[in-house]
Amino acid sequence: MHAEIKAPDGSGRINFARLASMREAGLIVIILALCIAMSFASPHFLTWGNFRAMLMSFSIEGIVVVGMTILLIVGGIDLSVGSVVCFSMVVSGALFLAGLDPWTASLIGIGVSALIGAAMGFFVTIVGLNHFITSLAAMVIVRGLCLVITKGTPLSLFTLPPAFKAIGQGSFHGLPYVIIIFVVVVAIFDFLLRRATAFRKVFYTGSNEKAAQFSGIKTKQVKFWVTVLCSTLAGLAGVIYMARFGAATPTFGAGMELNIIAAAVIGGASLNGGSGTIFGAILGMALLSVVTSSLILLDVSVYWQDMIKGCILLAAVSIDHFLHRKKS
Amino acid sequence: MTETPILEIRGLSKAFGPVKALSDVQFSLRRGEIHALCGENGAGKSTLMNMIAGVLQPDRGEILIDGTAVSIPSPAAAQRLGIALVHQEIALCQDATVAENIYMAAINARRAPLMNFNKLHADAQKVMDLLAPIPVRTKVADLSISNQQLVEIAKALTLDCKVLMLDEPTAALTEGEAQRLFGIVRGLRDRGISVVYISHRMAEIFSLCNRITVFRDGHYVATDPIAESSPDDVVRKMVGREITQLYPDKLAPLEPGRLLLSVEGLSDGDRFADVNLQLRAGEILGIGGLIGAGRSEIAQTICGLRPATSGTVALDGTVLRIRNYSDAVKAGLVYLSEDRKGSGVFLDMPIAANVSALDLGKLTGSLGLLDRKAEDRQATDLTKRLGVRMAGIDARVSTLSGGNQQKVAIARQLSIDPKVIIMDEPTRGIDVGAKVEIHRLLRQLAAKGVGIVVISSELPELIGLCDRVMVVREGRIAGELGADELGEEAIIMLASGVQNSSNQEKQAQNVA
Repeated sequence: MHAEIKAPDGSGRINFARLASMREAGLIVIILALCIAMSFASPHFLTWGNFRAMLMSFSIEGIVVVGMTILLIVGGIDLSVGSVVCFSMVVSGALFLAGLDPWTASLIGIGVSALIGAAMGFFVTIVGLNHFITSLAAMVIVRGLCLVITKGTPLSLFTLPPAFKAIGQGSFHGLPYVIIIFVVVVAIFDFLLRRATAFRKVFYTGSNEKAAQFSGIKTKQVKFWVTVLCSTLAGLAGVIYMARFGAATPTFGAGMELNIIAAAVIGGASLNGGSGTIFGAILGMALLSVVTSSLILLDVSVYWQDMIKGCILLAAVSIDHFLHRKKS
Repeated sequence: MTETPILEIRGLSKAFGPVKALSDVQFSLRRGEIHALCGENGAGKSTLMNMIAGVLQPDRGEILIDGTAVSIPSPAAAQRLGIALVHQEIALCQDATVAENIYMAAINARRAPLMNFNKLHADAQKVMDLLAPIPVRTKVADLSISNQQLVEIAKALTLDCKVLMLDEPTAALTEGEAQRLFGIVRGLRDRGISVVYISHRMAEIFSLCNRITVFRDGHYVATDPIAESSPDDVVRKMVGREITQLYPDKLAPLEPGRLLLSVEGLSDGDRFADVNLQLRAGEILGIGGLIGAGRSEIAQTICGLRPATSGTVALDGTVLRIRNYSDAVKAGLVYLSEDRKGSGVFLDMPIAANVSALDLGKLTGSLGLLDRKAEDRQATDLTKRLGVRMAGIDARVSTLSGGNQQKVAIARQLSIDPKVIIMDEPTRGIDVGAKVEIHRLLRQLAAKGVGIVVISSELPELIGLCDRVMVVREGRIAGELGADELGEEAIIMLASGVQNSSNQEKQAQNVA
């Protein structure tokens, strides 16, 4: 009998954001606490140089995290992103060396990445395999393709024109283009995910696919396009890496997928689908990055670093599981 | 009759939260008899079976085996006592062979470190051959449903059981297969096994069983020798409850409006065939029948959620081309799923998002962006109209009670101003208060000209709420009951296929 209906004036209107806000606020507190502690521990931590280095280190991966988060929300997963990043890089690089201008080569590189996503989408939605196995196979196949194209040796791309290299190496009034691109991609998709109808269907499908079908949503289409989007963003990241490094290494990005999935999950994306935010995933990425940077500055052996990151992931997932159990 | 019963139940009670599934029931199984256990869906039969089989623990009361009180803390303990239960749903490992499945329970009881496959196959074949010549090296997935059922029974036999409980074993069988099963069950009885037989089908109970016990609403009603009973008598005992719930007033006779929905010759080539159905504006049409008779499949096929092989669906006089559910939604025909949590609501999403899922287009602006204010307005209006009790439209649906979750699901159907709503078990598992509210709402909608079809397993709901009830049996329309013919007995008779003289006449009229 305590019917209480909020005025529809939009006050306190955060909807999905509010559901995840606890997690995001918690992450921000942890990150800030770490930063403050580190600023006492190491004089180098709170410098613009270190900050910039940290941002640079996760900006390009952050673009891949965006796609992965959306895919996790729909209930999928993509283990092939590391291979696809590399594939996009290798294809663009090889085309450039074959005489194409770097911009067209990059567009083709992103295009073939999208095609890999489409192929995975086909196997997931039409054939009916699950995302995990499909993308595991794609991870190995695409990595193999990278090695075939490069014959196993890195492509040296120092001849790339400066205008193109600037994407990865230049900056605008001291702000690297890489970071600008990252912020733009994050802002666009964060907005779309909160507001666009098409992306709302992603939440419905991931939350309860059956109920989504019973609401007339074509869930297979939704899953297909999200799979394509994730690979496309990985392709975009690959091209930026190429501009940054001026080289295309056929082994680049191996193991990247785990870092990316970890970041999204720490940021609140559920492996069961239905929940997650881009902002949270980026915070997850930032946390991992701050931890890595701290460990380096504290002279912790590199051998310990992976272990500590793994423990953070385990803690985040355990907390999530605990909160979920409490709710239901 | 002073012989000690092989199995005796005294004063057994079981509650699930506030719901009393069984209250102080008794039951007695004699050595070497086939004893039918009857009752409506929800009468407590399965709860009793699960307690005897060690799956559930009673709150109060005693279970006696051979006159000795026992406690049965687990299915393994039930096995040791010689009690075997064949569940209504087939629970076999689909990827394992018949032999492996048959001995799954027995292996569990034995604990040998290694498997002797040759012996396993030979033993399994021996048991299987008692029932049917199914090769035991076959994978279960490759068997028909009826053969899988036989494997389930074989599995029970390997336990050397004294008491065999069969829960609707013929639900998935054809007539011929059922007959073979009856022969087998009689054979088991002659070998001294006592059988508890749960079924809704009067005909088979009366040809197979020695005695019959009836449960109603979790209470014991009576036990009679089959010779002194009759199907009519059993049906009366099963349903003889007073309808105390308040249902809204029905449509006055001769009032029905124009033809709203017309389904002709609908078949799906699998679960049902040749279904005809007419719905007029202003009326509530009920669809009754046993669980598994094909009611949900029919409704889902009408709405394009399952493919049809033949037949037409016309709404307001226009034949619809429905390729998928969105086509039906666009035409104004919506389906409310019976499985609220599984396919009805998005539990971890906000109420507002749940309400708008059916027609996002209406809330989308020209840039493809969702109009959040319009979404809020819609959710606020509809939840207010339906009286959803909630913290706010931003609350997750999982925070609501079952009845309020169902109101949210209904709000979603109403968001498109539907012409026809087909509701599958609209009040299953929700409390009486919310139930009454939903019934009133349905009647109000009907009065406004929305066509309402209600599928229900609850006879009082069908009778109290609906103007007309169609009964589905084994994928076909068994008959239709008008307002003056509605009664629990009439519906049960149509649903279970009992033929008595008065009923046959009625059916003949309805078919004509």
